[in-house]
Amino acid sequence: MKSVLVISARDNVATALVPLDAGTRLDLDGTTVVVCDVIPTGHKVAIASIRAGEAVIKYGSPIGAASADIAPGAHVHIHNVASNRGRGDLSGSAGESRLAEPT
Amino acid sequence: MPERVRPGFLGYKRPDGRVGTRNHLLVVPTVICASVVAERIAAAVGPACAALPHLAGCGQLGPDMRVTHDTLAAYCAHPNVGAVLVVALGCEQVMANVLADVARQHRKPVAIVAIQSEGGTVRTIEAGTRIGLELSATISTQEREWCDIADLVLSLKCGGSDYTSGLASNPALGRVTDRLVAAGGSAVLGEIAEIMGAEHLLAARATRPATAAQLIQVITRVETETRALGLDIRGTQPSPGNIRGGLTTIEEKSLGATHKGGEHAPLEDVVAYAAPIRRKGLTVMDTPGLDVEAVTGMVGGGAQVVVFTTGLGTPTGNPIAPVIKVTGNARTAQHLADNIDVDVSGIMDDSETLASAADRLFLEILAVASGRPTATETLGHREFAIHRRNPTI
Repeated sequence: MKSVLVISARDNVATALVPLDAGTRLDLDGTTVVVCDVIPTGHKVAIASIRAGEAVIKYGSPIGAASADIAPGAHVHIHNVASNRGRGDLSGSAGESRLAEPT
Repeated sequence: MPERVRPGFLGYKRPDGRVGTRNHLLVVPTVICASVVAERIAAAVGPACAALPHLAGCGQLGPDMRVTHDTLAAYCAHPNVGAVLVVALGCEQVMANVLADVARQHRKPVAIVAIQSEGGTVRTIEAGTRIGLELSATISTQEREWCDIADLVLSLKCGGSDYTSGLASNPALGRVTDRLVAAGGSAVLGEIAEIMGAEHLLAARATRPATAAQLIQVITRVETETRALGLDIRGTQPSPGNIRGGLTTIEEKSLGATHKGGEHAPLEDVVAYAAPIRRKGLTVMDTPGLDVEAVTGMVGGGAQVVVFTTGLGTPTGNPIAPVIKVTGNARTAQHLADNIDVDVSGIMDDSETLASAADRLFLEILAVASGRPTATETLGHREFAIHRRNPTI
Protein backbone atom coordinates (compact mmCIF):
# COMPACT_ATOMS: atom_id res chain seq x y z
CA MET A 1 0.00 0.00 0.00
CA LYS A 2 1.22 3.46 -0.92
CA SER A 3 1.77 6.02 1.85
CA VAL A 4 0.46 8.94 -0.21
CA LEU A 5 -1.77 9.33 -3.27
CA VAL A 6 -1.33 11.92 -6.02
CA ILE A 7 -4.62 11.97 -7.93
CA SER A 8 -3.73 14.04 -11.00
CA ALA A 9 -0.38 14.83 -12.60
CA ARG A 10 -1.30 18.53 -12.27
CA ASP A 11 -1.68 18.31 -8.46
CA ASN A 12 0.72 20.14 -6.13
CA VAL A 13 -0.55 18.23 -3.07
CA ALA A 14 -0.76 14.53 -2.19
CA THR A 15 -3.18 12.81 0.24
CA ALA A 16 -1.66 10.82 3.14
CA LEU A 17 -3.04 7.28 3.24
CA VAL A 18 -1.24 6.59 6.54
CA PRO A 19 -0.05 8.98 9.28
CA LEU A 20 3.23 10.57 8.18
CA ASP A 21 5.93 11.68 10.62
CA ALA A 22 8.17 14.67 9.98
CA GLY A 23 11.28 13.39 8.19
CA THR A 24 9.45 10.74 6.14
CA ARG A 25 10.82 10.54 2.57
CA LEU A 26 8.25 10.37 -0.21
CA ASP A 27 9.48 9.08 -3.57
CA LEU A 28 7.12 10.41 -6.20
CA ASP A 29 7.65 9.88 -9.91
CA GLY A 30 11.21 11.08 -10.08
CA THR A 31 11.12 13.65 -7.27
CA THR A 32 11.71 13.17 -3.58
CA VAL A 33 9.84 15.16 -0.95
CA VAL A 34 10.79 15.13 2.72
CA VAL A 35 7.77 15.58 4.99
CA CYS A 36 8.38 18.47 7.40
CA ASP A 37 5.18 18.31 9.54
CA VAL A 38 3.14 15.57 11.16
CA ILE A 39 0.44 14.69 8.58
CA PRO A 40 -2.65 12.82 9.83
CA THR A 41 -4.24 10.19 7.59
CA GLY A 42 -6.43 11.81 4.94
CA HIS A 43 -4.72 15.18 5.21
CA LYS A 44 -2.67 16.77 2.44
CA VAL A 45 1.06 17.27 2.06
CA ALA A 46 2.59 19.73 -0.41
CA ILE A 47 4.65 18.01 -3.12
CA ALA A 48 5.81 21.28 -4.70
CA SER A 49 6.59 24.78 -3.53
CA ILE A 50 3.39 26.85 -3.47
CA ARG A 51 3.69 30.63 -3.09
CA ALA A 52 1.12 32.67 -1.16
CA GLY A 53 -1.76 33.49 -3.51
CA GLU A 54 -1.08 30.57 -5.87
CA ALA A 55 -3.68 27.87 -6.50
CA VAL A 56 -3.57 24.66 -4.49
CA ILE A 57 -4.38 21.89 -6.99
CA LYS A 58 -6.02 18.52 -6.16
CA TYR A 59 -8.06 16.28 -8.53
CA GLY A 60 -6.39 18.43 -11.24
CA SER A 61 -8.50 21.46 -10.24
CA PRO A 62 -7.96 24.41 -7.86
CA ILE A 63 -9.27 23.77 -4.33
CA GLY A 64 -8.34 27.26 -3.06
CA ALA A 65 -5.42 29.63 -2.78
CA ALA A 66 -2.37 29.41 -0.54
CA SER A 67 -2.71 32.01 2.24
CA ALA A 68 1.02 31.68 3.06
CA ASP A 69 4.08 30.32 1.28
CA ILE A 70 3.96 26.52 1.50
CA ALA A 71 7.18 24.48 1.31
CA PRO A 72 7.30 20.98 -0.21
CA GLY A 73 6.60 18.46 2.57
CA ALA A 74 4.43 20.84 4.62
CA HIS A 75 0.95 20.07 5.94
CA VAL A 76 -1.62 21.77 3.66
CA HIS A 77 -4.88 22.58 5.42
CA ILE A 78 -7.05 25.45 6.69
CA HIS A 79 -4.05 27.22 8.28
CA ASN A 80 -2.44 27.87 4.89
CA VAL A 81 -5.21 27.47 2.30
CA ALA A 82 -8.30 29.66 1.81
CA SER A 83 -11.40 28.91 -0.23
CA ASN A 84 -12.23 31.27 -3.08
CA ARG A 85 -15.94 30.45 -3.04
CA GLY A 86 -19.01 31.54 -1.07
CA ARG A 87 -17.02 34.15 0.80
CA GLY A 88 -19.58 36.71 2.01
CA ASP A 89 -16.93 37.95 4.43
CA LEU A 90 -14.94 39.27 1.47
CA SER A 91 -16.26 42.02 -0.79
CA GLY A 92 -16.87 41.29 -4.44
CA SER A 93 -19.39 39.80 -6.82
CA ALA A 94 -20.44 36.17 -7.10
CA GLY A 95 -18.41 33.93 -9.31
CA GLU A 96 -15.36 36.15 -9.17
CA SER A 97 -12.31 34.25 -7.97
CA ARG A 98 -10.66 35.98 -5.03
CA LEU A 99 -7.39 35.50 -3.27
CA ALA A 100 -7.22 35.19 0.47
CA GLU A 101 -6.04 38.15 2.45
CA PRO A 102 -2.41 37.78 3.54
CA THR A 103 -2.07 36.62 7.12
CA MET B 1 -24.27 -14.58 -30.66
CA PRO B 2 -27.15 -14.29 -28.20
CA GLU B 3 -28.08 -10.80 -27.10
CA ARG B 4 -26.76 -10.01 -23.64
CA VAL B 5 -29.48 -10.04 -21.01
CA ARG B 6 -30.19 -6.51 -19.82
CA PRO B 7 -29.88 -5.87 -16.10
CA GLY B 8 -33.11 -5.26 -14.22
CA PHE B 9 -34.91 -5.68 -10.93
CA LEU B 10 -38.16 -6.90 -9.44
CA GLY B 11 -40.31 -3.81 -8.95
CA TYR B 12 -43.93 -2.76 -8.65
CA LYS B 13 -45.48 -1.70 -11.97
CA ARG B 14 -47.95 1.07 -11.18
CA PRO B 15 -51.15 1.87 -13.13
CA ASP B 16 -49.67 5.28 -14.14
CA GLY B 17 -46.75 3.53 -15.86
CA ARG B 18 -44.15 4.29 -13.19
CA VAL B 19 -42.16 1.61 -11.35
CA GLY B 20 -41.69 1.36 -7.58
CA THR B 21 -39.12 -0.48 -5.48
CA ARG B 22 -41.35 -0.47 -2.37
CA ASN B 23 -45.09 -0.75 -1.75
CA HIS B 24 -45.86 1.60 1.14
CA LEU B 25 -49.14 2.89 2.44
CA LEU B 26 -48.28 6.57 2.91
CA VAL B 27 -49.90 8.37 5.85
CA VAL B 28 -49.38 12.05 5.03
CA PRO B 29 -50.24 14.86 7.44
CA THR B 30 -51.20 18.09 5.68
CA VAL B 31 -49.66 20.16 8.47
CA ILE B 32 -47.39 19.85 11.53
CA CYS B 33 -50.52 19.84 13.72
CA ALA B 34 -51.55 16.48 12.23
CA SER B 35 -48.06 14.91 12.35
CA VAL B 36 -48.35 13.03 15.65
CA VAL B 37 -51.76 11.59 14.71
CA ALA B 38 -50.32 10.48 11.35
CA GLU B 39 -47.34 8.81 13.05
CA ARG B 40 -49.59 6.93 15.49
CA ILE B 41 -51.85 5.70 12.69
CA ALA B 42 -48.81 4.46 10.75
CA ALA B 43 -47.41 2.70 13.84
CA ALA B 44 -50.77 0.98 14.43
CA VAL B 45 -51.15 -0.16 10.81
CA GLY B 46 -47.72 -1.81 10.58
CA PRO B 47 -44.22 -1.72 9.13
CA ALA B 48 -45.17 -1.28 5.43
CA CYS B 49 -47.02 1.88 6.43
CA ALA B 50 -44.91 5.06 6.31
CA ALA B 51 -45.88 8.31 7.98
CA LEU B 52 -44.56 11.58 6.62
CA PRO B 53 -44.33 13.80 9.72
CA HIS B 54 -43.17 17.34 8.89
CA LEU B 55 -42.91 20.82 10.40
CA ALA B 56 -44.71 22.83 7.71
CA GLY B 57 -48.10 23.19 6.04
CA CYS B 58 -49.29 26.46 7.55
CA GLY B 59 -48.01 29.97 8.28
CA GLN B 60 -45.85 29.83 5.18
CA LEU B 61 -45.39 32.46 2.49
CA GLY B 62 -46.02 31.85 -1.23
CA PRO B 63 -42.88 30.12 -2.46
CA ASP B 64 -42.38 28.03 0.71
CA MET B 65 -46.05 27.04 0.72
CA ARG B 66 -45.66 25.93 -2.89
CA VAL B 67 -42.59 23.82 -2.07
CA THR B 68 -44.34 22.22 0.93
CA HIS B 69 -47.41 21.39 -1.13
CA ASP B 70 -45.44 20.16 -4.14
CA THR B 71 -43.20 17.97 -1.97
CA LEU B 72 -46.15 16.33 -0.19
CA ALA B 73 -47.93 15.91 -3.54
CA ALA B 74 -44.79 14.34 -5.05
CA TYR B 75 -44.74 11.74 -2.26
CA CYS B 76 -48.47 11.00 -2.83
CA ALA B 77 -47.66 10.39 -6.52
CA HIS B 78 -44.43 8.44 -5.88
CA PRO B 79 -44.19 4.91 -7.33
CA ASN B 80 -42.87 3.51 -4.01
CA VAL B 81 -46.31 4.36 -2.58
CA GLY B 82 -49.21 1.96 -3.25
CA ALA B 83 -51.94 3.86 -1.40
CA VAL B 84 -52.36 7.16 0.45
CA LEU B 85 -54.13 8.19 3.66
CA VAL B 86 -54.22 11.97 4.14
CA VAL B 87 -54.49 13.16 7.76
CA ALA B 88 -55.80 16.72 7.94
CA LEU B 89 -56.45 19.09 10.80
CA GLY B 90 -59.13 21.16 9.07
CA CYS B 91 -58.03 24.80 9.07
CA GLU B 92 -54.56 24.58 7.47
CA GLN B 93 -53.17 25.95 4.19
CA VAL B 94 -52.27 22.61 2.58
CA MET B 95 -55.51 21.21 1.20
CA ALA B 96 -56.19 17.56 1.98
CA ASN B 97 -58.45 17.10 -1.03
CA VAL B 98 -55.79 18.46 -3.40
CA LEU B 99 -53.27 15.90 -2.10
CA ALA B 100 -55.92 13.16 -2.39
CA ASP B 101 -56.64 14.24 -5.97
CA VAL B 102 -52.96 13.83 -6.85
CA ALA B 103 -53.02 10.25 -5.54
CA ARG B 104 -56.25 9.58 -7.52
CA GLN B 105 -54.71 10.97 -10.72
CA HIS B 106 -51.95 8.37 -10.27
CA ARG B 107 -54.69 5.76 -9.75
CA LYS B 108 -53.82 4.95 -6.15
CA PRO B 109 -56.44 4.06 -3.51
CA VAL B 110 -56.78 7.10 -1.21
CA ALA B 111 -58.73 8.28 1.83
CA ILE B 112 -58.84 11.38 4.08
CA VAL B 113 -59.38 11.69 7.84
CA ALA B 114 -59.55 15.11 9.53
CA ILE B 115 -59.00 15.77 13.23
CA GLN B 116 -61.53 18.61 13.54
CA SER B 117 -64.32 16.66 11.83
CA GLU B 118 -63.55 13.22 13.37
CA GLY B 119 -63.54 14.79 16.83
CA GLY B 120 -60.02 14.80 18.25
CA THR B 121 -56.86 12.71 18.48
CA VAL B 122 -58.32 9.42 19.71
CA ARG B 123 -61.21 9.25 17.23
CA THR B 124 -58.95 10.24 14.30
CA ILE B 125 -56.37 7.59 15.20
CA GLU B 126 -59.17 5.02 15.49
CA ALA B 127 -60.76 5.95 12.13
CA GLY B 128 -57.38 6.34 10.43
CA THR B 129 -56.13 2.98 11.68
CA ARG B 130 -59.26 1.20 10.46
CA ILE B 131 -59.07 2.81 7.01
CA GLY B 132 -55.29 2.31 6.94
CA LEU B 133 -55.65 -1.44 7.56
CA GLU B 134 -58.14 -1.67 4.69
CA LEU B 135 -55.86 0.26 2.31
CA SER B 136 -52.92 -1.83 3.44
CA ALA B 137 -54.81 -5.06 2.69
CA THR B 138 -55.81 -3.71 -0.74
CA ILE B 139 -52.22 -3.05 -1.83
CA SER B 140 -50.67 -6.10 -0.16
CA THR B 141 -51.72 -8.36 -3.05
CA GLN B 142 -49.65 -6.46 -5.62
CA GLU B 143 -46.67 -8.57 -6.71
CA ARG B 144 -43.23 -7.62 -7.94
CA GLU B 145 -42.52 -7.99 -11.66
CA TRP B 146 -39.35 -7.86 -13.74
CA CYS B 147 -38.50 -4.25 -14.62
CA ASP B 148 -35.78 -2.95 -16.91
CA ILE B 149 -32.85 -1.02 -15.45
CA ALA B 150 -33.99 1.97 -17.56
CA ASP B 151 -36.92 2.33 -15.12
CA LEU B 152 -34.53 3.05 -12.23
CA VAL B 153 -33.99 6.60 -10.95
CA LEU B 154 -31.08 6.68 -8.51
CA SER B 155 -30.52 9.51 -6.02
CA LEU B 156 -26.80 10.21 -5.50
CA LYS B 157 -25.93 11.58 -2.07
CA CYS B 158 -22.92 11.94 0.18
CA GLY B 159 -22.73 13.02 3.80
CA GLY B 160 -20.26 12.93 6.66
CA SER B 161 -17.56 13.06 4.00
CA ASP B 162 -13.87 12.53 4.68
CA TYR B 163 -10.82 12.02 2.47
CA THR B 164 -11.97 8.48 1.55
CA SER B 165 -15.22 9.83 0.01
CA GLY B 166 -13.45 11.49 -2.91
CA LEU B 167 -10.98 8.62 -3.36
CA ALA B 168 -13.12 5.49 -2.91
CA SER B 169 -16.90 5.61 -2.32
CA ASN B 170 -17.74 8.52 -4.64
CA PRO B 171 -15.65 7.23 -7.58
CA ALA B 172 -17.19 3.74 -7.10
CA LEU B 173 -20.68 5.29 -7.16
CA GLY B 174 -19.63 7.37 -10.18
CA ARG B 175 -18.83 4.19 -12.11
CA VAL B 176 -22.29 2.87 -11.22
CA THR B 177 -23.84 6.14 -12.43
CA ASP B 178 -22.01 5.93 -15.75
CA ARG B 179 -23.14 2.30 -16.17
CA LEU B 180 -26.76 3.05 -15.21
CA VAL B 181 -27.01 6.05 -17.54
CA ALA B 182 -25.34 4.15 -20.41
CA ALA B 183 -28.04 1.46 -19.95
CA GLY B 184 -30.82 4.06 -20.25
CA GLY B 185 -31.47 4.74 -16.55
CA SER B 186 -31.51 8.00 -14.61
CA ALA B 187 -29.57 9.53 -11.73
CA VAL B 188 -30.01 12.76 -9.79
CA LEU B 189 -27.36 14.82 -8.02
CA GLY B 190 -28.36 17.53 -5.50
CA GLU B 191 -26.54 19.71 -2.96
CA ILE B 192 -25.76 22.77 -5.06
CA ALA B 193 -23.28 24.17 -2.50
CA GLU B 194 -21.30 20.95 -2.88
CA ILE B 195 -20.99 21.37 -6.63
CA MET B 196 -19.42 24.80 -6.05
CA GLY B 197 -15.84 24.51 -7.31
CA ALA B 198 -16.58 21.52 -9.55
CA GLU B 199 -19.30 23.04 -11.75
CA HIS B 200 -16.91 23.40 -14.69
CA LEU B 201 -16.63 19.61 -14.91
CA LEU B 202 -20.41 19.06 -14.93
CA ALA B 203 -21.22 22.03 -17.19
CA ALA B 204 -18.81 20.62 -19.80
CA ARG B 205 -20.97 17.46 -19.92
CA ALA B 206 -24.27 19.29 -20.47
CA THR B 207 -26.10 18.17 -23.63
CA ARG B 208 -27.63 21.64 -24.18
CA PRO B 209 -26.04 25.05 -23.64
CA ALA B 210 -29.19 26.10 -21.71
CA THR B 211 -28.65 23.26 -19.21
CA ALA B 212 -25.05 24.33 -18.56
CA ALA B 213 -26.25 27.92 -18.11
CA GLN B 214 -28.96 26.77 -15.64
CA LEU B 215 -26.38 24.87 -13.60
CA ILE B 216 -24.13 27.92 -13.34
CA GLN B 217 -27.18 30.06 -12.52
CA VAL B 218 -28.28 27.97 -9.49
CA ILE B 219 -24.71 27.78 -8.20
CA THR B 220 -24.27 31.54 -8.58
CA ARG B 221 -27.58 32.04 -6.73
CA VAL B 222 -26.42 29.98 -3.74
CA GLU B 223 -23.08 31.78 -3.72
CA THR B 224 -24.76 35.19 -4.01
CA GLU B 225 -27.14 34.37 -1.15
CA THR B 226 -24.20 33.44 1.06
CA ARG B 227 -22.42 36.67 0.17
CA ALA B 228 -25.59 38.75 0.67
CA LEU B 229 -25.78 37.47 4.24
CA GLY B 230 -22.23 38.75 4.72
CA LEU B 231 -21.31 35.26 5.90
CA ASP B 232 -18.37 33.06 5.23
CA ILE B 233 -19.43 29.64 3.93
CA ARG B 234 -16.36 28.22 5.65
CA GLY B 235 -18.30 28.16 8.95
CA THR B 236 -20.41 25.29 7.61
CA GLN B 237 -18.77 24.12 4.38
CA PRO B 238 -16.71 22.09 4.88
CA SER B 239 -18.23 21.04 8.22
CA PRO B 240 -16.00 20.72 11.32
CA GLY B 241 -16.05 16.92 10.85
CA ASN B 242 -15.04 17.29 7.19
CA ILE B 243 -12.08 19.46 8.28
CA ARG B 244 -10.94 16.94 10.90
CA GLY B 245 -11.17 14.34 8.14
CA GLY B 246 -8.69 16.33 6.03
CA LEU B 247 -10.99 18.34 3.72
CA THR B 248 -9.81 21.96 3.58
CA THR B 249 -12.19 23.92 1.32
CA ILE B 250 -15.62 23.64 -0.29
CA GLU B 251 -13.89 23.34 -3.67
CA GLU B 252 -12.03 20.24 -2.48
CA LYS B 253 -15.21 18.76 -0.99
CA SER B 254 -17.15 19.50 -4.20
CA LEU B 255 -14.54 17.97 -6.51
CA GLY B 256 -14.70 14.77 -4.43
CA ALA B 257 -18.50 14.87 -4.14
CA THR B 258 -19.13 15.42 -7.84
CA HIS B 259 -17.43 12.09 -8.60
CA LYS B 260 -20.80 10.53 -7.68
CA GLY B 261 -22.13 11.79 -11.00
CA GLY B 262 -19.59 9.68 -12.92
CA GLU B 263 -17.14 10.81 -15.54
CA HIS B 264 -19.10 10.30 -18.74
CA ALA B 265 -22.85 10.52 -18.04
CA PRO B 266 -24.15 13.56 -19.94
CA LEU B 267 -25.87 16.24 -17.85
CA GLU B 268 -29.41 16.31 -19.26
CA ASP B 269 -31.35 18.62 -16.96
CA VAL B 270 -31.43 20.97 -13.96
CA VAL B 271 -34.68 20.93 -11.91
CA ALA B 272 -36.15 22.70 -8.88
CA TYR B 273 -36.44 21.17 -5.40
CA ALA B 274 -38.64 18.02 -5.38
CA ALA B 275 -39.68 18.73 -9.01
CA PRO B 276 -40.17 15.73 -11.33
CA ILE B 277 -37.02 14.25 -12.86
CA ARG B 278 -38.07 14.59 -16.50
CA ARG B 279 -35.22 13.13 -18.51
CA LYS B 280 -33.23 9.90 -18.62
CA GLY B 281 -29.55 10.40 -17.83
CA LEU B 282 -28.05 12.70 -15.22
CA THR B 283 -30.12 15.50 -13.62
CA VAL B 284 -28.99 18.10 -11.08
CA MET B 285 -31.65 19.11 -8.54
CA ASP B 286 -31.54 22.44 -6.68
CA THR B 287 -31.34 21.15 -3.09
CA PRO B 288 -29.46 22.35 -0.03
CA GLY B 289 -26.55 20.29 1.28
CA LEU B 290 -28.35 19.32 4.50
CA ASP B 291 -28.62 15.54 4.11
CA VAL B 292 -32.26 14.93 5.02
CA GLU B 293 -33.60 17.92 3.07
CA ALA B 294 -31.55 16.89 0.04
CA VAL B 295 -32.72 13.24 0.11
CA THR B 296 -36.34 14.35 0.74
CA GLY B 297 -36.19 16.49 -2.41
CA MET B 298 -34.52 13.92 -4.66
CA VAL B 299 -36.97 11.16 -3.64
CA GLY B 300 -39.79 13.66 -4.25
CA GLY B 301 -38.40 14.09 -7.76
CA GLY B 302 -38.98 10.39 -8.37
CA ALA B 303 -35.84 8.55 -7.21
CA GLN B 304 -36.86 5.06 -6.01
CA VAL B 305 -33.46 4.17 -4.48
CA VAL B 306 -30.88 6.42 -2.78
CA VAL B 307 -27.16 5.62 -2.68
CA PHE B 308 -25.54 7.59 0.13
CA THR B 309 -21.75 7.55 0.47
CA THR B 310 -20.17 8.46 3.79
CA GLY B 311 -16.69 8.65 5.27
CA LEU B 312 -17.42 9.32 8.93
CA GLY B 313 -20.75 7.43 8.93
CA THR B 314 -24.34 8.69 9.32
CA PRO B 315 -27.62 6.90 9.99
CA THR B 316 -30.32 8.85 8.10
CA GLY B 317 -32.87 7.28 5.74
CA ASN B 318 -36.16 8.21 4.08
CA PRO B 319 -39.80 7.23 4.77
CA ILE B 320 -40.49 5.65 1.35
CA ALA B 321 -37.14 5.01 -0.38
CA PRO B 322 -34.38 2.59 0.64
CA VAL B 323 -31.10 4.42 1.35
CA ILE B 324 -27.93 2.35 0.71
CA LYS B 325 -24.98 3.50 2.83
CA VAL B 326 -21.53 3.06 1.29
CA THR B 327 -18.20 3.82 2.95
CA GLY B 328 -14.58 3.80 1.87
CA ASN B 329 -13.40 4.24 5.46
CA ALA B 330 -12.43 0.87 6.99
CA ARG B 331 -12.79 2.16 10.54
CA THR B 332 -16.32 3.47 9.87
CA ALA B 333 -17.26 0.17 8.20
CA GLN B 334 -16.44 -1.58 11.49
CA HIS B 335 -17.27 1.09 14.04
CA LEU B 336 -20.68 2.00 12.54
CA ALA B 337 -21.31 -1.46 11.08
CA ASP B 338 -25.06 -1.37 11.76
CA ASN B 339 -25.43 1.73 9.55
CA ILE B 340 -23.29 0.57 6.62
CA ASP B 341 -24.55 -1.58 3.72
CA VAL B 342 -21.53 -1.64 1.40
CA ASP B 343 -17.87 -1.46 2.45
CA VAL B 344 -15.57 -0.28 -0.36
CA SER B 345 -12.57 0.47 1.87
CA GLY B 346 -10.56 -2.12 -0.07
CA ILE B 347 -10.07 0.58 -2.71
CA MET B 348 -8.03 2.56 -0.16
CA ASP B 349 -5.60 -0.25 0.74
CA ASP B 350 -5.43 -1.71 -2.79
CA SER B 351 -7.11 -4.97 -1.71
CA GLU B 352 -9.98 -4.32 -4.16
CA THR B 353 -10.07 -2.54 -7.50
CA LEU B 354 -12.43 0.35 -8.13
CA ALA B 355 -14.08 -1.73 -10.90
CA SER B 356 -14.76 -4.64 -8.55
CA ALA B 357 -16.19 -2.39 -5.83
CA ALA B 358 -18.43 -0.67 -8.40
CA ASP B 359 -19.66 -4.08 -9.63
CA ARG B 360 -20.60 -5.10 -6.07
CA LEU B 361 -22.38 -1.78 -5.51
CA PHE B 362 -24.30 -2.13 -8.80
CA LEU B 363 -25.55 -5.60 -7.81
CA GLU B 364 -26.48 -4.39 -4.33
CA ILE B 365 -28.57 -1.58 -5.85
CA LEU B 366 -30.48 -4.09 -8.00
CA ALA B 367 -31.01 -6.37 -4.97
CA VAL B 368 -32.27 -3.46 -2.85
CA ALA B 369 -34.51 -2.27 -5.71
CA SER B 370 -35.92 -5.82 -5.72
CA GLY B 371 -36.77 -5.72 -2.01
CA ARG B 372 -33.63 -6.41 0.04
CA PRO B 373 -33.92 -4.15 3.11
CA THR B 374 -31.18 -1.59 3.75
CA ALA B 375 -29.73 -0.76 7.17
CA THR B 376 -31.87 2.40 7.24
CA GLU B 377 -35.02 0.31 6.75
CA THR B 378 -34.07 -2.35 9.29
CA LEU B 379 -33.25 0.31 11.88
CA GLY B 380 -36.36 2.39 11.13
CA HIS B 381 -34.51 5.50 9.92
CA ARG B 382 -37.27 7.45 8.13
CA GLU B 383 -36.04 11.03 8.33
CA PHE B 384 -38.01 13.56 6.27
CA ALA B 385 -37.55 17.35 6.07
CA ILE B 386 -38.97 19.77 3.51
CA HIS B 387 -36.57 22.53 2.49
CA ARG B 388 -37.73 26.03 3.47
CA ARG B 389 -36.14 29.36 2.61
CA ASN B 390 -38.39 32.06 4.09
CA PRO B 391 -39.52 32.98 7.60
CA THR B 392 -42.66 31.41 9.07
CA ILE B 393 -45.47 33.98 9.46
